[in-house]
Amino acid sequence: MVTSVTSLGRNGLYDWLIQRVSAVVIAVYMIGMLGFLITQSNLDFDTWSAFMGSAPMRIANTLLVLSVAAHTWIGLWSVTTDYLTSLTFGKAATKVRLVVQMVIALLLLVYVLWGLLMIWGGA
Amino acid sequence: MKVSIYRYNPETDREPAMKEYELDTQGKDLMVLDVLNLLKEQDPSLSFRRSCREGVCGSDGMNMNGKNGLACITPLSAVAPGVKEGKKPLVLRPLPGLPVIRDLVVDMTMFYNQYEKVQPYLQNNTPAPAIERLQSPEDRAKLDGLYECILCACCSTSCPSWWWNPEKFLGPAALLQSYRFLADSRDNATEDRLSKMDDPFSLFRCHGIMNCVSVCPKGLNPTRAIGHIRSMLLERGV
Amino acid sequence: MSIRTITFDAIVVGGGGAGMRASLQMAQSGFKTALISKVFPTRSHTVSAQGGITCAIASSDPNDDWRWHMYDTVKGSDYIGDQDAIEYMCQVGPEAVFELDHMGLPFSRTEEGRIYQRPFGGQSKNFGEGGQAARTCAAADRTGHALLHTLYQQNLKSGTQFYNEWYAAELVKDSQDNVCGVIAINIESGETVFFKAKATVFATGGSGRIYSSTTNALINTGDGVGMALRAGVPVQDIEMWQFHPTGIAGAGVLVTEGCRGEGGYLINKDGERFMERYAPNAKDLASRDVVARSMMMEILDGRGDGPDGSYVYLKLDHLGEEVLHSRLPGICELAITFAGTDPVKEPIPVVPTCHYMMGGIPTNVHGQALKLSGGHEGDAQAVNGLFAVGEVACVSVHGANRLGGNSLLDLVVFGRAAGLYIEDALRQGMTQYEPSNDDLDRALSRVRRWDESKGGESVASLRKELQSTMQNHFGVFRKGDLMEEGVEKLANLRERIANAHLEDKSGAFNTARVEALELDNLLEVAEATAIAAAGRTESRGAHSRYDFPDRDDENWLCHSIFDPLTKQLGKREVNFKPKTVDTFQPKVRTY
Repeated sequence: MVTSVTSLGRNGLYDWLIQRVSAVVIAVYMIGMLGFLITQSNLDFDTWSAFMGSAPMRIANTLLVLSVAAHTWIGLWSVTTDYLTSLTFGKAATKVRLVVQMVIALLLLVYVLWGLLMIWGGA
Repeated sequence: MKVSIYRYNPETDREPAMKEYELDTQGKDLMVLDVLNLLKEQDPSLSFRRSCREGVCGSDGMNMNGKNGLACITPLSAVAPGVKEGKKPLVLRPLPGLPVIRDLVVDMTMFYNQYEKVQPYLQNNTPAPAIERLQSPEDRAKLDGLYECILCACCSTSCPSWWWNPEKFLGPAALLQSYRFLADSRDNATEDRLSKMDDPFSLFRCHGIMNCVSVCPKGLNPTRAIGHIRSMLLERGV
Repeated sequence: MSIRTITFDAIVVGGGGAGMRASLQMAQSGFKTALISKVFPTRSHTVSAQGGITCAIASSDPNDDWRWHMYDTVKGSDYIGDQDAIEYMCQVGPEAVFELDHMGLPFSRTEEGRIYQRPFGGQSKNFGEGGQAARTCAAADRTGHALLHTLYQQNLKSGTQFYNEWYAAELVKDSQDNVCGVIAINIESGETVFFKAKATVFATGGSGRIYSSTTNALINTGDGVGMALRAGVPVQDIEMWQFHPTGIAGAGVLVTEGCRGEGGYLINKDGERFMERYAPNAKDLASRDVVARSMMMEILDGRGDGPDGSYVYLKLDHLGEEVLHSRLPGICELAITFAGTDPVKEPIPVVPTCHYMMGGIPTNVHGQALKLSGGHEGDAQAVNGLFAVGEVACVSVHGANRLGGNSLLDLVVFGRAAGLYIEDALRQGMTQYEPSNDDLDRALSRVRRWDESKGGESVASLRKELQSTMQNHFGVFRKGDLMEEGVEKLANLRERIANAHLEDKSGAFNTARVEALELDNLLEVAEATAIAAAGRTESRGAHSRYDFPDRDDENWLCHSIFDPLTKQLGKREVNFKPKTVDTFQPKVRTY
């Protein structure tokens, strides 16, 4: 068993499952959105604003933001642990990896808060 | 024909280099190992591993014109078009991703370590009967495609995930063997085996690239075995 | 004399089935055990065994009896197998095979969930009266592979200390000829080390590479026999070489007897099933020596096929794709790779090919190596500290001809027996013999000789010449004058090999050095074979002479003993005293 404290669930199955579930959420959202855009012949701001402001869409948008964040974290965490290792950076690898991971985490946090603010704050 | 071989002797060479050889094969479709044996008569200092010369011992895994395989069961015609005819050189390199000891001989310690980590032996804490432990032909059939592994390392050394994390990711060969015991109706250490793989690296670093499947000289499918283990983990964890 | 010394209770030289079964036994009991192998253990030649392990486990036939198996083995040996040893092997066999199942060996199964058994050559029920038996336990056609991997896995679990890719170069003995251990070279670094142990177990396998065409792996160079002979330990029945009927023509790769067990048969170029003429009852499942000779007769009589008329065919297509792919999947692969024929559609071109060394270091059932006191005819005495198991040993359970499936049984039964015996001896206190500096120096002299060589012929060319000499002068059929010529050629080769040149003297993974050291061993085995073959003036089992075409029980119902010091051939009595059954008296051998 390999331990890792910076992975999302600190557990392989959990991360793998989140990755899959979040992918499904993103896919469903995108298909739904595509369907909406196709069926609207002349989309104006009012329609769009009403649509996005509706309760179901706020929930869907919230799910989307959280899913994208989780999905990104797990994916990029994999990338950092693949490429930012002692094979490429020698002894400094741990520091480099930690810094990059923290930057990614910070950006994702900002993204989530900003997203939630847009979804729920404008009402 | 022209043969280009990766040469490195730690006692005399500062760095590895490709050495060119000429060999008259009289147009025969020799196995790559036959070519190496003929070249060794010319140049006894050329080092490579070999034993059974029939594809069951797993000694002579190497990289032939970019693809891992066993030299003894790979005819020149199967390496790449034009190699047998001498239009294209045969290029031999050691298995990628492992430290080179000399020439085509790699240090397989990391590979064997991962194999040992999966407890590659039957575990059963119930008393053994006076005869064999019975197993139905259906249960036995679950081991087909798993127990045939010859530990040649062609798969693991072609796996990018294993290149990046050879100490944390078990790699296709070890995972195939892990499933060989998980699938054995005579083994009852399932829980212990699974709990040792439930981290983000050991098993889950497999991204389904499937290089392992494409190079396995025995036609085995480690990716499928990994999928089965994941399903077992899922069943256990959800 | 400064050489690094590593000390163990017991060391096993050789990582095949016999060696790993022995080391497993001792490691499980907590003794400090090292296994020295020149290849990673799962690359040992046991891995190539295909058909199975013959043993009366009463799965295929609930009434099967180990005594029937014993009868077949005695008859197969042409009556020079020791009956006490054969009795032990056949009786203990089932226990040893069930242990393998408990260790995890993935045997094929019957509908009842028991181990699948297939018919093999020379097998009968009811002491030859009840027709063909099916007694060979199989894991598809990869039994050796499954067995070897299982044993390696168990050794990992039990904490055997592995020295993989270490080459054992010479036996170390003290001035009283007691064995103290071995000199071994770490192939990876070139370092030479003295492994000291109370018990040294040779499990170095066969020596098929003395012939140019063999089913044996490239590593089967008779290292154990070579070391023993140089240390003055005699070898027994070394003229007895089995030629396997079905080696793929040209490549020499083995096609299991299990093919014929599953219903395949041999045909000549006219499509005739010729074994019906040579062995009307057992046909293609006659004993291997009989089938191999019959094939050679067909070929010599002009009924072989191919450009030189040099091979016959093994027909399997009538078995159907399903049987072939489920029971013989490995054979299908090998035939396509090495013969370019798909057995589902076409017959495989085959020719008798050197396969197994029945002779070897004489041992008792505990694996103790024997020397003979008071001249050749005298009593056998144990060599202190030295054991031999598996193909390198001659217990003797195979006599003049081994039955298919008996080699794997031999490995596990006697590997286990030696382990059990050594365990017991260690508990009671075994002596560690100490070599003097001179003793060590003597053992190192061979390695030094090559390292100091300055010029001379190359290893590869001498090896080739040796192999073709054996192939041409000591093949399936043998003749006195031709063999004498061969003996002379080998004497000449001995001189030239003593002056041969090792060009590459580097340390790291120097396979040229290993091949040079192997050449010395090939020569020892070849010479012993040649002198013993020329000396046995009869035809028995695998040893078949034009000038002495009949079995001569009056003079040769005995083991031959080759003494390396005098290079003379002596005789040793065969054991006809099994403990629990009546003696099987020699009879005319027909199938």
